[in-house]
Amino acid sequence: MSNFCSDAKFKKKLLKINSINFFLDYFKCSSLRNSFTFAPYIMGPTLKTIEYFLPKKILTNEDLAKEFGKDSQNIFKNTGILKRHIRNKKQIGSDLGFQAAKKLLKKNPNYLSKIDFLIFCSEGLDYKAPTTASVIHYRLGLNQNCGCIDMPMGCAGYVYGLSLAKSMILSNDVSCILFIAADIPSSVIHSEDFNLRSLFGDAGTATIIENSESGKIGNFVFGNDGSGAKNLCVERGSTRAPLDKEYLELHKKQVGNLAHGRMTMNGMEITRFSLEKVPLLLNETLKKNKLTFDEIDLFVFHQASIIILDSLKRKCKIPDSKFYVYLEAVGNTVSCTIPIALFNAEKENRLKRGDVVMLIGFGVGYSWGGTILHY
Amino acid sequence: MNVEELIYFIEEEFDEIQKGSLHPTSSIRNMDGWSSMHALILIALVDNHYDILLTGEELKHINTIQDLLETIVKRKS
Repeated sequence: MSNFCSDAKFKKKLLKINSINFFLDYFKCSSLRNSFTFAPYIMGPTLKTIEYFLPKKILTNEDLAKEFGKDSQNIFKNTGILKRHIRNKKQIGSDLGFQAAKKLLKKNPNYLSKIDFLIFCSEGLDYKAPTTASVIHYRLGLNQNCGCIDMPMGCAGYVYGLSLAKSMILSNDVSCILFIAADIPSSVIHSEDFNLRSLFGDAGTATIIENSESGKIGNFVFGNDGSGAKNLCVERGSTRAPLDKEYLELHKKQVGNLAHGRMTMNGMEITRFSLEKVPLLLNETLKKNKLTFDEIDLFVFHQASIIILDSLKRKCKIPDSKFYVYLEAVGNTVSCTIPIALFNAEKENRLKRGDVVMLIGFGVGYSWGGTILHY
Repeated sequence: MNVEELIYFIEEEFDEIQKGSLHPTSSIRNMDGWSSMHALILIALVDNHYDILLTGEELKHINTIQDLLETIVKRKS
């Protein structure tokens, strides 16, 4: 990606825009401020840093092959995954998210006093009430002048959470958001469900989104189709379908009796949905951000499965060099796949500050969302 | 679009299948190492080469490669 700041004229123009924004900020003219969308270097919501945490227990292809009488190499070929991290019986989603946030704050202690909002995205919340974000807020020892909200979203959750964080910062009501995404799909998978066990892993992630002039989160495209709700669903343990004696009896040999519910997936319909919607979403996201396909430095999609990712790469004609996959070491970690991929893409020098990155989330709901990061 | 072309695509996609071993009457579900994962690969393959997204319901009723071709032709028309 070209260096936007290398041109002296550009710098001068930038200085002028930032001065205008400072003036507008001072007088709280946020709506006017948002109309100055000239460049990614004006003050705006920026993804500053990411950390993630994985539970210690590992489920390898060899473990699965032994248990199900399959070939471990075939498991890798069909999933693109070598291992998945699985929570221990006592770990829940908020524990993994908490550990990720703790790691982030240990590395960046200056954020501890700056965070004025906490978003927690997960499909495995601690309680019906209070919000799990409140519980994590207390465990982290954050300031009391900090709002907390839960967002029970799945694979599109990270994109939705970024949108929420961006909007809140643009409202000028908050300036530094801790966005935690954590999921424990293993807690809702039946031990005899080979396909789901070979696909999903548990993880927690933490991201800081802050008002800054070093980057920008672009415009978002969202979509939803509730007709697909049953094709990827965690039933039971909820208001619509509470647990009953029959269910608990049926799952009595499962860890925790699958009391959080049981995940079912119609893989064919999910594949169909992904191949139908994601290419359209990609084009709409480009259009909404006034970008061309060639201007994207890296495409980071929700890491659903290698079959879906390879098919999407082929269908959208994305070259390997611009398509990032991080599945081998963690599997599909639901709302955590995009931040884990971003972290590792940067670590592997596939992503650097100044790059233009397209993020695409899609899955349970069906729900989908896309955006651009001026990283 | 013909059955030879479809067979070629399938044999190219699935490493487990020996080249030249498939025929129009070969059953999809009896292919070596067939699993539900292969059904997903087949959906992606047909989408990639013919721009058609097969439904799970359609796939249920497809037995042979010839059946698959006929479904594609029907959807294309």
